Amino acid sequence: MLRFIFWRLLQAIPVIFVVITATFFLVRSAPGGPFDSEKAVLPEVKRALEAQYKLDLPLHEQYIAYLGDLSNGNLGPSFKYPGRSVNEILGSGLPVTAELGLYALSFALLIGVLAGVFAALRPNTRQDYIPMGMAMIGICMPSFLLGPLLLLIFGIYLDWLPIAGWGDLPGDKILPSITLGSAYAAYIARLSRAGMLEILSQDYIRTARAKGLPEWRVVIQHALRGGLIPVIAFLGPAFAGLLAGSFVVETIFQIPGLGRFYVQAAFNRDYTMILGTTVFLSTLIVFFNLISDVIAAWLNPRLRAQFKGGA
Amino acid sequence: MRLFQSIIPASVLMALLTACGGGESNVESGNRDGFLHYGNGAEPQGLDPHVVTGVPENHIIRALFEGLAVKNPITLEPEPGVAERWDISEDGTVYTFYINPEAKWSNGESMTASDYVWSWNRALHPDTGSLYAYMLYPIVNSESYSKREITDFDQVGVKALDDLTLQVTLNAPTPYFLQLMDHYSSFAVHPETLLKYGKMTDRFTPWTRVGNIVSNGAFTLDEWSLNRRIIIKKSEHYWDRDNVALNGVYFYPTENVVSEERMFRAEQLHYTQVVPLDKIPEYRKQGNTTYIQAAYLGTYYYLVNTDRPPVDNVLVRRALSYALDRDTLTRTVLQETAIPAYSITPPDTLGYNPPKLFDYDPAKARELLADAGYPNGEGWPGLEIIYNTQEAHRKIAVAVQQMWKKELNIDVTISNQEWKVYLNSVSQRDFQVARRGWIGDYVDANNFLDLFITDGGNNNTGYASDEFDDIILNFAPKAKTRDERYGLFYKAETMMMNEMPIIPIYTYTSKHLVHPSVEGIYPNLMDSLNLKYVKLHPGRSLHGEAN
Repeated sequence: MLRFIFWRLLQAIPVIFVVITATFFLVRSAPGGPFDSEKAVLPEVKRALEAQYKLDLPLHEQYIAYLGDLSNGNLGPSFKYPGRSVNEILGSGLPVTAELGLYALSFALLIGVLAGVFAALRPNTRQDYIPMGMAMIGICMPSFLLGPLLLLIFGIYLDWLPIAGWGDLPGDKILPSITLGSAYAAYIARLSRAGMLEILSQDYIRTARAKGLPEWRVVIQHALRGGLIPVIAFLGPAFAGLLAGSFVVETIFQIPGLGRFYVQAAFNRDYTMILGTTVFLSTLIVFFNLISDVIAAWLNPRLRAQFKGGA
Repeated sequence: MRLFQSIIPASVLMALLTACGGGESNVESGNRDGFLHYGNGAEPQGLDPHVVTGVPENHIIRALFEGLAVKNPITLEPEPGVAERWDISEDGTVYTFYINPEAKWSNGESMTASDYVWSWNRALHPDTGSLYAYMLYPIVNSESYSKREITDFDQVGVKALDDLTLQVTLNAPTPYFLQLMDHYSSFAVHPETLLKYGKMTDRFTPWTRVGNIVSNGAFTLDEWSLNRRIIIKKSEHYWDRDNVALNGVYFYPTENVVSEERMFRAEQLHYTQVVPLDKIPEYRKQGNTTYIQAAYLGTYYYLVNTDRPPVDNVLVRRALSYALDRDTLTRTVLQETAIPAYSITPPDTLGYNPPKLFDYDPAKARELLADAGYPNGEGWPGLEIIYNTQEAHRKIAVAVQQMWKKELNIDVTISNQEWKVYLNSVSQRDFQVARRGWIGDYVDANNFLDLFITDGGNNNTGYASDEFDDIILNFAPKAKTRDERYGLFYKAETMMMNEMPIIPIYTYTSKHLVHPSVEGIYPNLMDSLNLKYVKLHPGRSLHGEAN
């Protein structure tokens, strides 16, 4: 098992390195620079700015300097926000995005697993079609539609919940978490339904039922563990996706998370910020994938046996 | 089984129950405690007056700092700020500012004339890289200092005669010079505070952070949560603190205009930076005073590259301009939120009115196009309009495209470009026709006309005229009277618009939603808000008015 983890970590290094290099050269090849603005910038001012950000060096020297800084954990100064380092901006946005992601994922798990299991118990009946139909709608409904819709109902008409903000007013975390989580809830519902259906048709479930166990014990004690393996495997990438993909929800609800900075950085040609967030998020994605692989392996007796025996 | 059937409704119910009890809105608590909740449009890049540029930055910096002279919120005429009075020499080139002895930094220290000398040295120093350094170029030798042609700041026309007297010598009488004193690029910063965190010319130091910053305005910085909010509080040391009604302001980075409007409706904001176009008719229909629209010192136009066929021909440029029905455009596409424009300078720019050399005249347009060699659009080689990706620009481009097709029978393609790509195309002059807007930095026709100086950084059209340059650079600055000066501007603008290097479309308006409890926000040409004058009246509510 340790060897498996070690190997996966080793594989991650070239992946991240390629991401850094590709991003570094791609952002610099995009037309327009960080200091272009609607009002013409005087040449002497532009020179002074480029010197302050080392943009006057040849490209390969900039690249080497960046790698040097990166190895010290320094992601450089932001171009768009003078006086702020990329580390600082990431540090301020990440906890918020992570909190939002965590709530969204909890919501997704709660609703998704319940709906999926519920549907799997009576496949191809109304009890299956209704939650699965809703799940399909959930997957199809983009957050930029669901968010405003929820806001209109709960924020404006019913006036129960705040319209925007994060931790400013009581209850302002509820709607963004639901908006972000619902697509994942829908996906998890479908995954857990499929997983449960497969498990529920297994012999050991039939044995459990034959022994006269009540249905809820069959489901909770025997079926869930196996049935949810696909869901567990999905959690790692899902959480990474929630962190990297919260931009829309953060914009709709005015949440001070990472997503807004990430997308704005690309529009602003904020080179260090684009690189910093990309490197950071790609590392995170690799890491979460690894974790979910490990958990899935640990949960699945067949895979576990493989590790013990062979690799 | 039954367990599952009950869990789902129960959890939904629980979620709804915890959801209840939204409590007091920001507007209610703000009115009670004297705090304004202000939609500021975006997270400021920073708060260093010599480093940042931009509208959201301007709003916060002008609350934290104050210039030598400020603008009256209604008339925009200069009135005392840090300087309690000033003298202007007979020839209009020497300004002597007398600093108010009560003007204090937020740490309680008195402000001095030498703070200004130090600060303007910083603002002009080439290493600082201030994008607005040119705002101080009217001062003797400042331009050569900022271009490193001279290195001794003593040669620049700024002197501290004593602690409270600042003398500024200009190259030429500059009628708008006092206005520049209210622009953040000319604000003083506290030298010791900056030097505590770095060199004078450093851009990256944390001197503007909460706890570090020392400022001199009506408010001080209290909280700065990145991308969440900035809170400022009334300053104890501000010289005119008795006239400041607010206890503080919350600035929110409301990037999403639709969210901003929703926040306003739910009383999370007192004031919005903009109003979504499609909501405007609804607010107008309500017939109350929530929606406030005012002429704004800015022009929306199409830049024409006069070196690229077919628009290298002035007849074609004129034909295109004559064929635009600006009245219909502003009435329909823009929902009456804009004023048709026929020249670059907005109307009534401090008493100056630009020439109107043409009007919507399709017959004349067809005639001009025929004279240019394209009768009824025959032989037309095609034309492309570029604009930066934004729905509003697209709508206008589509309308223009249709009008030109209908009136002139010519095909025009429209193409959107991402913001920085578009900026690059414009500065490289890689376009035929490009969408452009210009917002004035100060209320004076000069700020619009000097865009079209030969090879000027913002010209981008290829327009070049020695006579035009002469008027703007040499004759107008030396004009003895306002009438003479405006006459020269009129002449230059007429010359320029006859060549039509731009196709003017409309004059901007500022559009805000203002909560009924707010008093002291006056619509004006600069969309300039001095938070010092704002008062809140508890008890006035939005409900029943905008839902």
